[in-house]
Order: sequence, then structure tokens, then C-alpha cells
Amino acid sequence: MEEKYYQKLWWDIILTILSFSVIPLVVLGFVMYHQFSVSYSAKIMESIRTLADNRVGAVNLFFDERISQLTTLANTSSLEQLRDEDYLNRVFNIIQARSKSYIDLGVIDHEGNHLAYVGPYYNILKGVNYKNEEWFNAVMASGVYVSDIFMGFRKIPHFIIAVLVREKNKVWILRATINSDIIESIVHAAQTGKGGDAFIINKNNILQTTPRFSGDLLSTPKAPDLSSATGTNVEELGYDGGTSFYATSVVKIKRWVMVIKEDPKEQLTPLLRARFITLLIGAGGVLLIILGAVFTTRAMMKELIRMEEKKAISEDLAMQSSKMAALGKMAAGIAHEINNPLAVIGEKAGWLKDLLAEEDLGSSPNYQEFAETVDKIEQHVSRAKKVTHRLLGFARRMEPVQEKVDINAILHDTIGFLENEARYRNIDIQADFDEKLPQTTSDSSQLQQVFLNILNNAIDAIGKDGEITVKTVHITKIKNLAVEIRDNGPGVPKEMLDKIFDPFFTTKEVGKGTGLGLSISYSIIDKLGGRMMVASEEGKGTTFTIYLPIK
Amino acid sequence: MDKFKVMVVDDEQDFLETIIKRLKARKIEVTGAESGSKALELLGAQDYDVIVLDVKMPGMDGIETLKEIKKRKPLTEVIMLTGHASVESGIQGMQLGAFDYVMKPAALDELLEKMRQAYERKLIQEGRA
Repeated sequence: MEEKYYQKLWWDIILTILSFSVIPLVVLGFVMYHQFSVSYSAKIMESIRTLADNRVGAVNLFFDERISQLTTLANTSSLEQLRDEDYLNRVFNIIQARSKSYIDLGVIDHEGNHLAYVGPYYNILKGVNYKNEEWFNAVMASGVYVSDIFMGFRKIPHFIIAVLVREKNKVWILRATINSDIIESIVHAAQTGKGGDAFIINKNNILQTTPRFSGDLLSTPKAPDLSSATGTNVEELGYDGGTSFYATSVVKIKRWVMVIKEDPKEQLTPLLRARFITLLIGAGGVLLIILGAVFTTRAMMKELIRMEEKKAISEDLAMQSSKMAALGKMAAGIAHEINNPLAVIGEKAGWLKDLLAEEDLGSSPNYQEFAETVDKIEQHVSRAKKVTHRLLGFARRMEPVQEKVDINAILHDTIGFLENEARYRNIDIQADFDEKLPQTTSDSSQLQQVFLNILNNAIDAIGKDGEITVKTVHITKIKNLAVEIRDNGPGVPKEMLDKIFDPFFTTKEVGKGTGLGLSISYSIIDKLGGRMMVASEEGKGTTFTIYLPIK
Repeated sequence: MDKFKVMVVDDEQDFLETIIKRLKARKIEVTGAESGSKALELLGAQDYDVIVLDVKMPGMDGIETLKEIKKRKPLTEVIMLTGHASVESGIQGMQLGAFDYVMKPAALDELLEKMRQAYERKLIQEGRA
């Protein structure tokens, strides 16, 4: 019952401490981690968005440059000049000196006929008519045309740029084939880290550059379809069981989409480390709080239990002493009421005795009987008197006092109380008193309570058939007197001996002993300035020794 | 030893009667009183050497009676007789001028011895006075 109550209290305190400290800690950890993670992700997204913009800018610039180069060329030379393949060849050489990416250059009239050509495939391409080609129609319609990447005859990725030139009433086209390795290198510059990728797709989701991991040129990329992206955008998208950051930006001239892919695991490593550290610190903090809570609570509970016990002892002492006081009053009342009739009986017997002596009854045959009877009456009156006087003495000792006490007399009285009980159980109480024991100043009633308690315990311990020795010694050296009460009972096991003076410690059956007797005795002797000790050997008996100062 | 006049005050009739008979048998001039007021009444009429006074009596108790006796006849010696062995009442009695106290039930010889001692003291005090 008590145990359960303490256990419940223990849990209550622990849980309160934990909830009031762990919850804020956890909340703090989560909020901080979340804020950090949000701002960190934002930073990463921002950085790849910038990268995508930057790369697209470079691609745009590349196209613009090529287109303006061709436009300039077309407008600074007349068709007549460019039809001349020698002239065209010179021009081509000048352009190529600046940029190796030009593969060939051709001049085509408005009907699709190849008027002039400079490049490695002269024999194949010279006679080709482009009238039905898609790009031919596109350039005729819009003036400038840039093709998607294609492999062509040379099996290297390239594209064409064609510009339409209006010269007087003539319309013709200047067409250049350009190697796409510059675009490749611009895009490759954005392939960062261990798992980062960058590529360009056209509006049909076909790869225009060679990605690192996400598929082959001119195939569909192993990535979500981002071909319909319209502006610069960053998203976290899932593909094939994993998620990645995808930044998209549009190459305006072709509606190509530049895709930059970042592995969040790689980019977020510092964030993951932060999470790990947060968790570690959080776990450490929680552990510390738990330990602290357990230790504090344990200390508190110990103190609480100690105080409860102390309270119980003092309550018991108070109850005990009020009980004893009440008992004393009752005893005194009874003794008084019995003393008066006893006095009458005594006087009557005395009167009879007087009469027997006065009158000459010596000759009466029953004289002897009379005399003996009267003697017996007087003898038993005196016996009864002893009992009532002892009761009165007991009552008198209930008031706490500092008085001269004769320890031997107190022990004698105490043994007197228990003689009957001991006799029934065939226990012999031997008194071995130091006759020269000096008096000391103490409280006889409290001492009697202590002696009574120890002797009672000794009788209970023996049970039946045994011996108790009560010995007093004067120890002149340390101005002490010692009372030794020894029984030949079963003794106390060693491990219990340490606890014998603890409150609520009892070896008696439940309900028989409060476990407070020895504890109270100990505190009484302590208050009186003495010491109480116990020695015991299992199977041989127990000895209590009380030392009292001689004052 | 001279004959001396004794009064025994006790509310217990049987005790009073018997002790008077026994003291008379020992040639002591003794009178009984069953209450404190009766004792004072008798004391008004005649002087007594020694008064044996029960402490606990209905009406006027022993201590009150003792005070009154000592007020009226300071030389009268009083022995307190108590069935209540409280040392306090005995000591209180002695502080108020009682010669001694005896606990009930007391052997007559013991009481007699105390009476003689009290009478001796009275003689000495009277001699001085």
C-alpha cells in the first residue's frame, strides 16, 4: 500500500519533470532543424536555378553569336560573290579560323538548289535540292532557322543554322552546319558533384546533348518529362524510386529546355549532418534529463520516506507516552481504591490479633488456627499492598522528569512485572546486579519502558524454556553504568542485525509487533545521553547492552 | 513516655473504628473524626498532640484540613495518611507543616512509631517555646 503510493508518486514526479523538459527540447530541436532544412533547401534550389540560368545564357549567347556571324556574312557579301566557291571557301576559312565548330557552309537559292558548297561532303551535297526539307520551308517562312541536333552523314552530333537573305528581288539562303560540341561543353560545365547531371531536351523530350547518366544523345532521357517547361523553375521530382532537384530553363531560340539535376542526398549532406548532430545532442539532452530526473526524484523520495518514518516515530512516541500516562492514571486510581479496603482489612486483622493476644484464648483448641489465619490475612494484605504500591510507583514514573534513579531498583520492578509471564513460559530471569551501582540522574519511567521492551522482546524471542540474564556493571573508567540483557533465544541473523533499530523493522508476525519498540528504545536512550548496542549469534542468543552516563 | 492525645481523621468508617479500638488497646487516648470539618470542630474544643489525617476525603480534604489545623494550632503535629501513594501530595503535606506521611495500608506498629516521634518533636518545640 505504502510502497504503491510511493511508486505512483515517483512516476508522477518523473513524468512531470520529463514532460516539462523533454517536450520543449524536442520541439526546439524539430523547429530548428525544420528552419535550417527549409533555408538550406532554398539555398540549394537557388544555386541550381542560377546555374541553369547561367548555362542557358551561355547557350543563347552561342546561338546569337553564330546567327549574327552568318547574318553579317550574308549581308556583307552579295549572292554573286558567294556563288563563287573560291570566294566562299575564303570566307569559310576566315570563319573557321575563329571557330572550329563550323563544318560546312552552303548557299541555296529560293528553289532549294545548292548554288555553292564548302565542306567535306561536296560530292554528296552539291547536287541536293532542299525544296522539300522541313528546315527549308521553316527558313523561307521565318528568316532564321536553327535545327535540332542530328547525327547526319558524319555520325557526329551537329545542327544547322540557316538565314534567309533578301537581295533586291532575289531571295537566297546561307546555311551552315555547326558541330554541337560547344553546346555540349557549355552543358557539361553544369554537371557538378558526384551525381549531378545536366542536359538539354527539345520540345519532344529528346536529348540534344549527352547527359552523364540520364540516357543517350537523341533518345528520351531517364528523367521526368520536363519538355513543356516554360521558364526558369526548380522542383523536387521523383523518378525511378528516387527524388532529385530539377532546375529547368528555356533556350529561347529553339524552345529547348536545359535541365540541371542535382542529387539532394549529395547536396544536402551538411543538412543530414546537422540532423544527425541535432538528434545526437537531443538524445544526449534527453538522457541527461532522464538521469537528472531519476536522481533528483530518488533523493526526494528518500528524504520523504525518511521524514515519514521520523513522523511516524514521533507520533508513535507521543501516542505511547499518552497511552502510558492514561494507563498510569488508571493504575493510580485502581491502586487507591484498593488501598482503602486493604487498609480496613489490615486493621481488622490487626484488631483480631490484638484480641487474640489480650484474651486468654491460649487454651482454646483452635487458638493456633486463629493465630495462623490472622497471620495469613496480614501476610496477603502485605502482598496485595506490594502490588498496589508498585502500580502507584509505575504511575508516578509516567511524568517525564530528571530525577535520581536507582537502575537496580528499576530493573527489579520491571522484572517483577514480567515474572508471571516468564514463569508461565518456563523462562528464568536471573538478576546479576552490581550492588554498589551508583545512582544517576535520568528518567526512570522512560528507562523502565526501555527495559520492559527489551525484556518483552527477549521473552518473545525465547518463546518457551530459556534463560534471561540481567546484569548491571559500574564502569568507573568512563563514568558509565551498563545494563546487559542477554537471552538464550534463537538469535538474530547477521544481515538483520544492522536493521534491528530501524523503524518498522520487525521479525514478529504481521500484527504482533509495530517494529517501533526497539527504535523508540534506541531514541529514548539516545536522548538520555546513553548508547544502546546489540550483539547476536544465531542459535546462541542475543545481548542488548545499554550504557548510561553517571550524572 | 507520657500519654498523648491523638485524633484520627478518616472518612472510612470501618477503618476509623478499628484503628481507634486498636490504639485504645495500646493505652493511647484517641478520638476519631470522620471528616475534616468534624476534626476542626473537635480541635476547637480540645487540644490534641498528634493528628493522623487521611489525605483523600470527601468534602474538606486532608490538605485543606492540614492548612486549617496549622493555622489554628500550629504546635499540633500531623501525620498524613494516604491511600494514594503520590509522593507529591505527601511532599506537599510536609511543606505545609505535616510531620510525615504514611501510605495505606500501613502496619499499626509503623504508624505508632511515627506518632511517638511526632509527639517527641512536639514536646521539644513546646519546650523551646
